[in-house]
Amino acid sequence: MTPVLETRALEKRFGGIVAANQVSLRLEKGARHALIGPNGAGKTTVINLLTGVLRPSSGEILLDGKDITNVEPHDRVRLGMARTFQINQLFADLTPLETLGLAISERLGTGTHWWRTVGSRAGVVDEIAELLERFRLVDVMQERTAILPYGKQRLLEIALAFACRPHLLLLDEPAAGVPDAERHEILATIATLPADVTVLLIEHDMDIVFSFAGRISVLVNGEMLVEGTVDEVSHDPRVRAVYLGEAFDG
Amino acid sequence: MVKPAHPLSADIAGLLRVRARWSPLEFVFWIIAFATIFLFPNYYLILAEIVIWALFAISIDLVLGYAGIITLGQAAFFGFGAYAAGLLAKHGLITEPTLALLASGLAAAVLGFFTSFLVLRGSDLTRLMVTLGVSLVLRELANRFPEVTGGADGMQGITINPVLGQFRFDLYGHTAYIYSLIVLFVLFVIARRIVRSPFGLSLVAIKGNPLRSAAVGIAVNWRLVAIYTIAAAYAGVAGALLTQTTAFASLEGFSFERSADGLLVLIIGGTGYLYGGVIGALIFRFGHDYLSSITPQYWQFWIGLFLVLIVLVGRDRIGTWFDPVRTLADRIAAWRSKRRARAIGAASREGGQP
Repeated sequence: MTPVLETRALEKRFGGIVAANQVSLRLEKGARHALIGPNGAGKTTVINLLTGVLRPSSGEILLDGKDITNVEPHDRVRLGMARTFQINQLFADLTPLETLGLAISERLGTGTHWWRTVGSRAGVVDEIAELLERFRLVDVMQERTAILPYGKQRLLEIALAFACRPHLLLLDEPAAGVPDAERHEILATIATLPADVTVLLIEHDMDIVFSFAGRISVLVNGEMLVEGTVDEVSHDPRVRAVYLGEAFDG
Repeated sequence: MVKPAHPLSADIAGLLRVRARWSPLEFVFWIIAFATIFLFPNYYLILAEIVIWALFAISIDLVLGYAGIITLGQAAFFGFGAYAAGLLAKHGLITEPTLALLASGLAAAVLGFFTSFLVLRGSDLTRLMVTLGVSLVLRELANRFPEVTGGADGMQGITINPVLGQFRFDLYGHTAYIYSLIVLFVLFVIARRIVRSPFGLSLVAIKGNPLRSAAVGIAVNWRLVAIYTIAAAYAGVAGALLTQTTAFASLEGFSFERSADGLLVLIIGGTGYLYGGVIGALIFRFGHDYLSSITPQYWQFWIGLFLVLIVLVGRDRIGTWFDPVRTLADRIAAWRSKRRARAIGAASREGGQP
């Protein structure tokens, strides 16, 4: 079967620094795949390459078997790839209601309509309502995003990616900076994703990785160190060496 | 198969409708605007001038206030529209003013489209310089070809036919003002429609965060090209209105001062809500008159001082003087939606949902 996402010898050099070196990834349909690695290993570089924010120095990216290496970031979204950001990237002047209305309109291809009002199209309103409720944003839906508490902003960050209805979702530390209580809600919501949606999770927190992922890739210094099942990776001596037992103890 | 509507849907649809609806304050605003036709017959000339400034400032608001493109060269399109209208009338190409106005706006839009690609790249400073550069180049071109434009003397001998073949432009500016005001109103309604559409929303999103905009599938560059082109058409119509109501076009239309004053008008009135241009034009023009009657030579001193005060006192707009009212309205809306949300939450819990 054609993998949903495949990279072939992906490389990114910034001057003399190799941020990603011969990175090869392969995600089957419906995979729950985690990408881990110590700080500065190049995880976010890989995500930026996948989403097109950065252009690779060499190598190829394939989505559903099609070469998308030179496809613009916004067109990759249209092809079904969405992401969340490690540091919230939201629209400060819009309300959650407008933010989600915008994303849904864009997905439905009505984003260029200038003569209609937002949400005049059937279905958009229902979908906004469903997302607001699922991400518990109903009580703040009319407030400017800039003044929302951090936890709510984090939920909106993820809701925004969901609004794109991707079949490949890239999550860049979705629970970063979120207190424990809300962290579980975010993870529970991610767990409700349909089984046919493929997910690539970048994460620091090993508890989250082990509870969520089926397969794990370990990135160190821009290179793939190991790739395997949760069991294989957690017992790999090289991985243990990299992490010096800090997260793998017990 | 019809999916059952979500319990919140009706509320959200309502909120989105409110977002697009004309507020009572807006009705009052436009009723007063049209009432001036009967109230101030002695001020038609200055009022027509204000309307043209307002339209020009709205054009800048569309690119700056909504899409966040900083421009110091909107006069390029104003002047282009002004000369287009002049040439159309002078050579009898399109003699009916409304059609000529449309054609001039279109001509400016074409220019806007092709120059938009220059402002896509680069930072704010680059954009400032590029837009300024384009308007200076056009000004010098107009200066260089006096056989077409009249050069430094301006374009003479323009005869404007009656509007719709009925309404002759008179000395007192009666036709000029009513004609300009109707054009302003029509273009305002369209601009209002645009900024409240999904397209308009995407502009605000791009202004706030271009990276995320692309990450939800927005083709950022094409949206900017589109709004820059539309705004150019608006500026072109404003320029054409000036030519038609004064039967004269000059290099001033392309000048740096025109761009800068337009920006000043907008900042006085406030960016990002369309009315800023109209309010700013009123204050700017009457302020100019009042101040120059006190100190004919130094009136710009007061404008300068005023500008500094605006920037120091409150963010960047006089519109913020109404902010307490707006905040109150926001609070009430938020409180009501919260209450509604709570009521719905309670209802669904009672309904035995998990």
